[in-house]
Amino acid sequence: MENLESLTQAALAAVESATDLRALDEVRVSYLGKKGEISQLLKGLGKLSAEERPQAGALINEVRDQVQQALEARREGLEQAQLNARLASERIDVTLPARGERAGNLHPVTRTRRRIEDFFATLGYDVAEGPEVEDDFHNFEALNIPGHHPARAMHDTFYFGDGRLLRTHTSPVQIRVMENGKPPFRIIAPGRVYRCDSDLTHTPMFHQVEGLLVDEGITFADLRGTVAAFLRAFFEQDDLPVRFRPSYFPFTEPSAEVDIGCTHCAGEGCRVCKRTGWLEVMGCGMVHPVVLRHGGVDPEQYSGFAFGMGVERLAMLRYGVNDLRMFFENDVRFLSQFA
Amino acid sequence: MRFNESWLREWANPKLDTKQLVHQLTMAGLEVDGVEPAAAAFTGVVVAEVRETAPHPDADKLTLCQVFDGDSTFQVVCGASNVRPGLRVPFARVGAVLPGDFRIKPAKLRGQPSEGMLCGASELGLEDLIDGLLELPDDAPLGRDIRDYLQLDDQVIEVDLTPNRADCLSVRGIAREVSVLNSVPLTEPAIAPVAAAHDEQFPVAISVPESCPRYLGRIIRGINPSAQSPLWMVERLRRAGLRPIDPVVDVTNYVLLELGQPMHAFDLAKLEAGINVRLAQEGETVELLDGQSLTLRDDTLVIADAAQVLALAGVMGGKASAVSDATQDIFLECAFFAPLAIAGKARRYGLHTDSSHRFERGVDPSLQALAMERATALIIEIAGGEAGPVSEASSPEHVPQPTEISLSAERAQALLGRALPEHEITDILARLGMAVTETSPGHWQVRAPSWRFDMAIEQDLVEELARVYGYDRLPTRLPTIQGGSVSRSETQLSARRLSDLLCARGYLEAITYTFVDPAMQAALAPSTQPLALTNPISSELAVMRTTLWAGLLTAAQRNLNRQVNRLRLFEQGLRFVPEAGGALLQEPMLAGLVFGSARPQHFDDATRKVDFLDVKGDVEALLAAGGQQDYRFEAAEHEVLHPGQSARITLDGQEAGWLGRLHPALAAKLDLPTDIYLFELRKDVIEQARVPAFSALSDQPSVRRDLAFVVPEEVTAGALLDGVRRACDSRLREVRLFDVYQGDGIQKGSKSLALGLTFQDRSSTLRDAEINDLVAGVLTLLKQEFNASLRE
Repeated sequence: MENLESLTQAALAAVESATDLRALDEVRVSYLGKKGEISQLLKGLGKLSAEERPQAGALINEVRDQVQQALEARREGLEQAQLNARLASERIDVTLPARGERAGNLHPVTRTRRRIEDFFATLGYDVAEGPEVEDDFHNFEALNIPGHHPARAMHDTFYFGDGRLLRTHTSPVQIRVMENGKPPFRIIAPGRVYRCDSDLTHTPMFHQVEGLLVDEGITFADLRGTVAAFLRAFFEQDDLPVRFRPSYFPFTEPSAEVDIGCTHCAGEGCRVCKRTGWLEVMGCGMVHPVVLRHGGVDPEQYSGFAFGMGVERLAMLRYGVNDLRMFFENDVRFLSQFA
Repeated sequence: MRFNESWLREWANPKLDTKQLVHQLTMAGLEVDGVEPAAAAFTGVVVAEVRETAPHPDADKLTLCQVFDGDSTFQVVCGASNVRPGLRVPFARVGAVLPGDFRIKPAKLRGQPSEGMLCGASELGLEDLIDGLLELPDDAPLGRDIRDYLQLDDQVIEVDLTPNRADCLSVRGIAREVSVLNSVPLTEPAIAPVAAAHDEQFPVAISVPESCPRYLGRIIRGINPSAQSPLWMVERLRRAGLRPIDPVVDVTNYVLLELGQPMHAFDLAKLEAGINVRLAQEGETVELLDGQSLTLRDDTLVIADAAQVLALAGVMGGKASAVSDATQDIFLECAFFAPLAIAGKARRYGLHTDSSHRFERGVDPSLQALAMERATALIIEIAGGEAGPVSEASSPEHVPQPTEISLSAERAQALLGRALPEHEITDILARLGMAVTETSPGHWQVRAPSWRFDMAIEQDLVEELARVYGYDRLPTRLPTIQGGSVSRSETQLSARRLSDLLCARGYLEAITYTFVDPAMQAALAPSTQPLALTNPISSELAVMRTTLWAGLLTAAQRNLNRQVNRLRLFEQGLRFVPEAGGALLQEPMLAGLVFGSARPQHFDDATRKVDFLDVKGDVEALLAAGGQQDYRFEAAEHEVLHPGQSARITLDGQEAGWLGRLHPALAAKLDLPTDIYLFELRKDVIEQARVPAFSALSDQPSVRRDLAFVVPEEVTAGALLDGVRRACDSRLREVRLFDVYQGDGIQKGSKSLALGLTFQDRSSTLRDAEINDLVAGVLTLLKQEFNASLRE
């Protein structure tokens, strides 16, 4: 048994010197394989006496286990090394530019319009749409703006010469919605509107979102609460100052212009707010009884409010766009900024 | 409405500074648009008198002046032609700083010392009325600071009035409002009737009393044609933005600003027989004060005499009867014209005047007598003359009468969301000049004053209550939601889904004008007569688009001119298609434009230009969003598209839209590259969505057979695939085209299309014989219909 020790040493040395899995397997076979040296020793146990056998058996088994463990450890080490080598060889430059299509994005007007729609959707408003080529009745007459009303002068209307015109506001949708349904009404009407005006701060086409709520017991307080909640949500500012100034629209009474504290200078006074600290953002009011009647709604039973806002105006304030005309030039350098 | 603050404060003077005052006006609905100083900043200028003058020894145009400022005498060299002994003028002493930071220092002009400068109006930042020095009245106190004397430390306030507040188009109107808001007294200037100094009258007749319910006239004889308007009046006019002209015109303008009553003065010598207020005869002409000649329509109200049209009533006077610098006798007009008679008339003739602005919004119908007396007194004060009696033609039944309006506290509460105290309601109404009678507790009968003709219904009164009470003192709440809202049906895709899908595929959303260049429109739809605007903003934005491609191609031109080499744009919006009988189809469309490489440039991706099938992939993605399986692409010709690369898309026979490559001839015409691809889809079709219906999964094995057919090259893949489907039943799970080949081994004029057919039965394993039968059926049908043979 004295050579058991040297056999062990030789086996462990052979394991250690195996440099790949195949060599290691050869070592395993030469010691632990059927005809391996250690296996042979175990087979030779039968030749020993019953007294010697257990002790010798225990010794050989111990050696076998020791070699087996060494083999196992070496195998794991070699496998790990092999994996590491493979991983190293598969390394790429992850900072290389990606392949394939890059995402485009919505127009800032649509992006803004969706934010407005989403806010009012949570309050139960449906989206309504109407024609852009309108008739005089829906654009003016039904909204309490008869033929020679001075308010018509404020509207710079595009005409087609046959009684049709391009709607100057989204308010005609109010009438169309009321004509075709029964109260209560709770709608917003986004869309394109047109005014015959073009300069630094006016484009002949722009977008408005009209809102209309008609129900029993609706008051000016509901209007103010709704509009203020919207503006604070839109600008994500809970303490945004919102003020209502008396104004005049033929289709609402009482009417108000809505100002917010300047989002650019926080009310300090700057170029954007013309040093007033306030920005005019929308018009609103309680629906005029004449308008309700034109929509087939009894003003004795129902009351309501309406509001209208310019989408570009809100988009400009929100995203810091300083030139209205860019919205319709469709320069991709502009469009792609609103991802 | 523009006026100076100090004038307003003569009428109503609350204890508020300028900032507080304008804030109060704004919050009461009279939006202040701007506040600016009445004069530029300067210092050191006083009233002085020119005592002596002598010619400059070395300069023809200069004068040596001895100038006395009430304390000392200075020698000043002056170049003005109107300098003369005894004249009082603004004198900038040495040390003065004039507008533009111009410092006055002792100087020598052509060798003569000059200790200061005599000033013209423009040198003080005022408007020059005459060339030369600003001539001050003889009683101007010597040594008085000129800013103080001319009240230049004043603000000019500009109020942007809403059309309903015509009553505020005067200093008196604004003052009334200030008085109401602050409960301070309204101080009116004393206006006493001017006694007639002679009894001469000029006859006045009204032919259209409904348009002109009241017309007052008066002769003033013997005015001094060389009189000049006083500085205080000139300054108030100037601050209001009006140029002084002559005393008569200045007074009528002054009364217009002060009281809100437009007036007009005629040269009596140029009038014939009598005044008639009538409608113009069609084609009648008049030359207006501003020099333009008008040919009138027969619905235009005019002031005429026996000979001719003298003035466009309520808008502008005529040249022939205008007051000139030789006029001594005038006929002063002060009328009330009905707003509807004036509204729109000025605009139609391209005019807009201070007078028409007021008359079309409405003038206080009870104001005429007062304004006449005010103007008469001022004219006589400034230019002398003797007034005759006032002649009046009127038709009382046409003069608007204040409406009686019922008001209930309940209604006010229902609109405003708060019960206002009843004493506050009656107090506010009384301050506004309303006559209030309580009919029962909480109910009143209200009559508005003559100047508040905008009051017609109860809501008008409630708005006034809210306005004066203060909007910001009223309550606010968020209404509760009752009942759910109607949500979209599952059979309807949202427009958002389509946009989002295109964005994810690399498209940018464009928004283009719906009115387009007629040339572009004609190029795209030569056979359609588009709807044309009568008053386009420009000739390039003059007709309504019949296709969204008009705007997208314009956007492409713009971007390609800026070196953009890859473009993917889409737009959603209406197209406007004229239909038979004058009807107009306003159809919601979704359109796209693609140009450049198929994919963004990448270092190991071969750059390839986008082609028809790339864009078809985008379109199919849109069509697939609704889950509809039955879209068909068929080769068809479209005038915008390349005849060999365009497809009509249909769903169950309905046209869903078009897809194709820009026609090369059109590309050349539009100066665009030829490899632009376009699609335009009808939203009402493509937004139709299918509600998914489950079908049981089959556990049976599937079998695939690949078949390559040789067909004449004009046979389309779509037709061949359709044929395969028709030849099989539901056991054909799928058919796929996996190869298209033309070239060696295939006869010229033919092509090979390789199809993979996958068969599967729901309930049993397909036997070979069954599959062979199916394949045989396919072969037969394709042979018959397309002369297709299996490729060897």
